[in-house]
Amino acid sequence: MSDTAHIDIEYIARLSRLTLTDEEKQLFSSQLEDILQHFEKLNEIDVSGEEPMAHPFPVFNVLGEDEPSETFTPEVALANAPKQRDNQLVVPKVVDDA
Amino acid sequence: MSDELFFKTATELRGLLDDKSLSSVELLQSVIDRTKATDDKVQAYLDTNEEEALESAKASDERRAAGKTLGPLDGIPVSIKDLIVEKGKKARASSRILENFVSPYDATTITKLHEAGAIPWGRVNMDEFAMGSSTETSYYKKTANPWDLERTPGGSSGGSAACVSAGQTILSLGSDTGGSIRQPASLCGVVGMKPTYGTVSRYGLIAFASSLDQIGPFSRCVEDSAMLFDAISGHDPLDSTSYSGEIPKCTEALKEKKGPWKLGIPKEYFPESLDPEIRASIDAAIESYRAQGCEIVDVELPHTDLAIPVYYIIATAEASSNLSRYDGIRYTHRSEEATDALDIYFKSRGEGFGAEVKRRICLGSFVLSSGYYDAYYLRAQKVRNLIRKDFLNAFKQVDALLTPTSPTPAFKLGERMDDPITMYLSDIFTINVNLAGFPALSVPCGLTQSNLPIGLQIIGQPLKEDDLFSIAHSYEQAHDHWKLRPGL
Repeated sequence: MSDTAHIDIEYIARLSRLTLTDEEKQLFSSQLEDILQHFEKLNEIDVSGEEPMAHPFPVFNVLGEDEPSETFTPEVALANAPKQRDNQLVVPKVVDDA
Repeated sequence: MSDELFFKTATELRGLLDDKSLSSVELLQSVIDRTKATDDKVQAYLDTNEEEALESAKASDERRAAGKTLGPLDGIPVSIKDLIVEKGKKARASSRILENFVSPYDATTITKLHEAGAIPWGRVNMDEFAMGSSTETSYYKKTANPWDLERTPGGSSGGSAACVSAGQTILSLGSDTGGSIRQPASLCGVVGMKPTYGTVSRYGLIAFASSLDQIGPFSRCVEDSAMLFDAISGHDPLDSTSYSGEIPKCTEALKEKKGPWKLGIPKEYFPESLDPEIRASIDAAIESYRAQGCEIVDVELPHTDLAIPVYYIIATAEASSNLSRYDGIRYTHRSEEATDALDIYFKSRGEGFGAEVKRRICLGSFVLSSGYYDAYYLRAQKVRNLIRKDFLNAFKQVDALLTPTSPTPAFKLGERMDDPITMYLSDIFTINVNLAGFPALSVPCGLTQSNLPIGLQIIGQPLKEDDLFSIAHSYEQAHDHWKLRPGL
């Protein structure tokens, strides 16, 4: 972990699907590196043989009955869409011309 | 204590409603008037729905007149943190990206409030997506602490804490991922409770960190907190992490005389750096329990100092995944500048999220990214297990733990906004409890010399909320701290 105190903010912003301003990139790089320094403490203890804990209580495979039930109408489901037409979401063209 | 209606507890008001010396409409009107008179200073509310709420109050009065009251909360006004969705109302998580979002459904906790006759009457401010400890990361407004308007109410449920403290509601629902109910409750001098993970449905709670988030009550006294917990808890098939076993009924349990208790004092929660006035108040609370015949035992939680790094790895990892749903395509803000599909994601999110949210998404993406997952995320999950085992070990000896809720009283607005690490340390005594999944509450235990509230945190055992409330109640009964109101 000790060689990781560097953050490639361009790469991380790309993974996060975030446009960042130049000021944000500069600020976040230095702040995140400070935060990572704080994480170094975790290297001081032995976790070998320790199970990772994803949830406070073990819950596995909660299954529901496969029964039809009421769902939103298209109008309701799309009521918050920023752009829509004919009960469908409108987005810019995503496939190139052949 | 103030005789004003809007400063009374739900327990007192229930008595007045039951003997018909008060109507629910009068009560709600008093809360509305108080809010109008004070919210230009406090800035707790994002929206109110007065007309609809007055209709509900009228319906409650009619039920009461007909002898068909739905339960102890019938006719009691409740404010709702902007993270919990209500059908037909804006739910913005205090974020720009959800600026125009109107929920098509009710959260399970809201359905349960309606079933209990309670009246959700307004939506309150919070840190954006619950990321913060001062309510200052809200896109919409900054909420002030009713005890000192130059200070923060804490966060992220700062709006909930401030409006209960200021007499702008009787009860409130908040959520707690790392202390977001208990810390603001402590800073505003009210009771705030985080239930055992899984006892209150998360369906309709806008997700921040799913393995840590819990909805819980804000109130002026422990009995009110127990009543609201009883109303909102229970198994919910719509939340796959909902606990399916029995959950204690806590209001009834308060009527039994229990104790004396065996209470643990974890030394890691009393560092040299602890504010001396807070230390003195907590010490006095401990002595008060001793005077009641409780046995006080020193316990150790040796991995306590690892909780902040573990939390900020796990919570940001979960957040980076949960917040990927805000894509600018389906129901959120969409950038006008975007030219293609990928550009919609980048620009809508860049414009829609505030700095703290972006910082945490970046951190979460980093700790989950290829090459770093094992070193950060997986390791943090293993240490999380050690933290949980600390609690399990401590609870072999004791019924509950007593600690300060916050290392400092309310801090000044703006004071910690440029320094994320100092802000993160605001939650140093509360986040461990979320990592372990245990229940805990904060109860008022005094004021500093400059008149700022101090909170005592009581950490209980999983699924023993009844004992947790009883322990808090026995302290509250012996003191008048909870009766203090801000001079607003």
